[in-house]
Amino acid sequence: MNFIPPDFAPASSEIFMLIMVCVVMLADLTAGDNRRYVAYLLTQVTLLGCAVLTFVSFSTEVKQTFYGMYVDDAMADILKLMVYGTVSAVLVYSHSYISDRGLLKGEFFSLILFATLGMMVMISASHFLTLYIGLELLSLSLYALVALRRDSIVATEAAMKFFVLGALASGFLLYGMSMVYGATGTLHVSQLAQIIQSEASSKEVLVVGLVFIVAGISFKLSAAPFHMWAPDVYQGAPTAITLFIGSAPKFAAFGFVMRLLIEGLGEMVSDWQGMLVILAILSMAVGNIAAIAQTNIKRMLAYSTISHMGFLLLGFISADSNGYSSALFYVIAYVLMTLGTFAMIMLLCRSGFEAENINDFKGLSKRNSWYAFVTLLLMLSLAGIPPMIGFYAKFSVLQAVVNAGYIWLAVAAVLFSLIGAFYYLRIIKLMYFDEPENTEVLTPNNDVKILLSANGFAVLALGIFPQALMSLSLYAIQNSM
Amino acid sequence: MSFEFPLLSLIIWLPIVFGIAVFATGKDNNAQFARWIALAGSILGFLVAIPLCSNFDSTTGAMQFVENHVWFERFNVNYHLGVDGISMPLILLNCFITPLVVVAGWEVIRERVSQYMGAFLVMSGIVNGVFASLDAILFYVFWEASLIPMFLIIGIWGGPNRVYAAIKFFLYTLLGSLLMLIAFIYLYQVSEGSFSIEDYHKLAIPLTPQIFIFIAFLLAFAVKVPMWPVHTWLPDAHVEAPTGGSVVLAAILLKLGGYGFLRFSLPIAPDASLYLADMMIILSLIAVVYIGLIALMQADMKKLIAYSSVAHMGFVTLGFFLLNAHGIEGAMVQMISHGFISGAMFLCVGVLYDRLHSRQIADYGGVVNKMPIFAAFFMLFAMANAGLPGTSGFVGEFMVILSAIKVNFWYAFLAATTLIFGAAYTLWMYKRVIFGAIASPAVESLQDISKREFVLLAILAISVLWIGVHPYPLTEVMHTTVDQLLTHVSNSKL
Repeated sequence: MNFIPPDFAPASSEIFMLIMVCVVMLADLTAGDNRRYVAYLLTQVTLLGCAVLTFVSFSTEVKQTFYGMYVDDAMADILKLMVYGTVSAVLVYSHSYISDRGLLKGEFFSLILFATLGMMVMISASHFLTLYIGLELLSLSLYALVALRRDSIVATEAAMKFFVLGALASGFLLYGMSMVYGATGTLHVSQLAQIIQSEASSKEVLVVGLVFIVAGISFKLSAAPFHMWAPDVYQGAPTAITLFIGSAPKFAAFGFVMRLLIEGLGEMVSDWQGMLVILAILSMAVGNIAAIAQTNIKRMLAYSTISHMGFLLLGFISADSNGYSSALFYVIAYVLMTLGTFAMIMLLCRSGFEAENINDFKGLSKRNSWYAFVTLLLMLSLAGIPPMIGFYAKFSVLQAVVNAGYIWLAVAAVLFSLIGAFYYLRIIKLMYFDEPENTEVLTPNNDVKILLSANGFAVLALGIFPQALMSLSLYAIQNSM
Repeated sequence: MSFEFPLLSLIIWLPIVFGIAVFATGKDNNAQFARWIALAGSILGFLVAIPLCSNFDSTTGAMQFVENHVWFERFNVNYHLGVDGISMPLILLNCFITPLVVVAGWEVIRERVSQYMGAFLVMSGIVNGVFASLDAILFYVFWEASLIPMFLIIGIWGGPNRVYAAIKFFLYTLLGSLLMLIAFIYLYQVSEGSFSIEDYHKLAIPLTPQIFIFIAFLLAFAVKVPMWPVHTWLPDAHVEAPTGGSVVLAAILLKLGGYGFLRFSLPIAPDASLYLADMMIILSLIAVVYIGLIALMQADMKKLIAYSSVAHMGFVTLGFFLLNAHGIEGAMVQMISHGFISGAMFLCVGVLYDRLHSRQIADYGGVVNKMPIFAAFFMLFAMANAGLPGTSGFVGEFMVILSAIKVNFWYAFLAATTLIFGAAYTLWMYKRVIFGAIASPAVESLQDISKREFVLLAILAISVLWIGVHPYPLTEVMHTTVDQLLTHVSNSKL
């Protein structure tokens, strides 16, 4: 029996990442407490290095490796590049917040990098086990990150809830996968489609398995009715961690859905379509209505995330590359907006003070008109008002939904987003129409200043010129299906 | 060839660029500078609109000054601009009102001057964009974007209940327009991948979808016009908005709704329009009669004028759905004239409000003794609002009533009651505010209008009289387009 070593090239960026995580850990250990920037810089260099590796190996060709358990295609590369950029921006935004609160330890960086590695594996997995390993690597790192501020009761509670519910969802997912395995005899994503098509498998078992898989996915996406963890975790985690949880993993979740549901179980579209419709409507309803009642900004944004995930699921319902690319565009737009919004919240925080109440936005336009304007753009974008990018995201998803013949679903979606517009407008109202409660001057670092301005500007500029991002999304999907 | 010059783009983007420049002047220590840039921008905005009028060819119903560039290919959306006899006068009206609004806020606005002036300029550009768009998505982007500056204007510089009014304004309008977006996307599917409004005009659609499309459009435009029963946001918004905001709202933003009917509802869903015309006429007549009666009972001057706007806009929708040439042209004249008259009425109330900080009719009385020049202007505009022959208010109403009588005597009868109610509520208010004994020491201390206010009111007075005496150039410009529209509507698309 001879062993053929697998081709490592398609996984080069993951391997580089793994090595660098160890390097960051060791370097931080030797650098000591007052030279924490070493770890910070190394982390950024790691992300940059990964980006270079991914970029260089970019091709439209679909490369399978590790005996078909791992795949490198255009969609994977584009999603990974997005992940690197997002994680890098998260680090810039959260640096001063984390260090003000004494959380700037080596663990922070290595956990973030491990989570990133998990995302990369999820995005490139083409085997149920690889998918699951990536997912767990991401989830376990996130549980630990939420509990990073271990003396805080809310953070610990949030981490506990996150862990217990997350473990349950993983259980669901595994159970579903085992059913699918039982019915088809394979865990390879690519073989699955053929076997289901040939109708050699038991349909009943498959459908039961599918239900569990969809439930597991909805938990990870925080789609209703599996959304319970999101508000607590968003509120309880340190804001920098909330920013991380709310941004980059959405790309991974998108990749996860694509691999599992579309590539693997795409033949069962008629079965999961109906499930997604229910999930989408429930998410939009729960997210938008519950958000109105929130006074904690992080909790409000958690519900807003739930509703956006509902919108995202709409993109999958049409089950064609038009819909998937709309969903991808939606994720990109959503992450861009989330990054800016949480960065603004952190900007309002100071050491010893957490800006958690929506009233902390009061009178922002008088304190600093530029950041108020940036937040205005972000809020309008989240509400889906043109010419911000959020509108085009909603527009392309709606277009896909109407194209698939679900006009009533599109009408329901816009009605829910009308409800949603209210709580985004409330933030604008607080910023522009009310008097400030404290008049402290905002003093962000230069890097945050530039990045946040660019972030806000991108929300507007990509809205005025959406073509590039739209073609990129379409390109990513078309070259990997 | 002057036609190859991107005139429409200039008309749209020049005010926006100036608006951004005004924003950039920053805090209130540069307020004077901000005011002058804003004035320069708005006057330039008007000047560049003049070639639009002088080079306009009124013998053709086709789109003119057309610009067409790819905007984003993914959904075949184009940056497609053009004007015809319906949109050209409205663009001109908008460019004309903007400098007046800037001047009206000159001394009155003392807080966040740059943001106030900038918002009006940006809005002016956006509204021009709405009128000039020939691509549904471009139209929609401008349409929704126009909400943002108005929302901020009401919310920041408005009265005590401004937050409620601003959010109500925003959500109400958003409700209607979101369904319009679905209609656009549906049309995109039916037309196999086009967002061009002109393509939609040619599209054959069965009656049932036509009715749904009509209703989706109706919600968007009826909220904006506003028609009864979705008018309730307007009195709130008007009462709370600063004077400039009220002027723009009444003179310009309401016209977006009327324009929408002519550009979308009638030509895209002609059979549904015909089918539902009676319903539309009845809704319009309710606005004319019932809202006229409501206006009679108002104690707040701005609210009274707001309700009178709803009644007058009822005339506009009535004219549209009589579906004959006189009706539509009359409605168009009514829209333009209402732009001048309601703008002037709100400015007059603003003049009083700036002095006494009250809009209640009961707080005034005997103003004529202290402000004779103002009283004369106010008299003219009040008469125009009541539809006195010789003023622009008469022309539109007369044309609509005339064409209503051809359709149904009772329509005309009910519509004509506006001449009584309009006169009643306007003149009764005028009497209580202007005539009588001096009501209070505050009124005693009133100063007559300043030069700035005089110029503003004089310009509007000339326009009102000019259209009243000589409306021919206005109807001439739109005549061919309206004829073409009617021919188009009378051909079934089934």
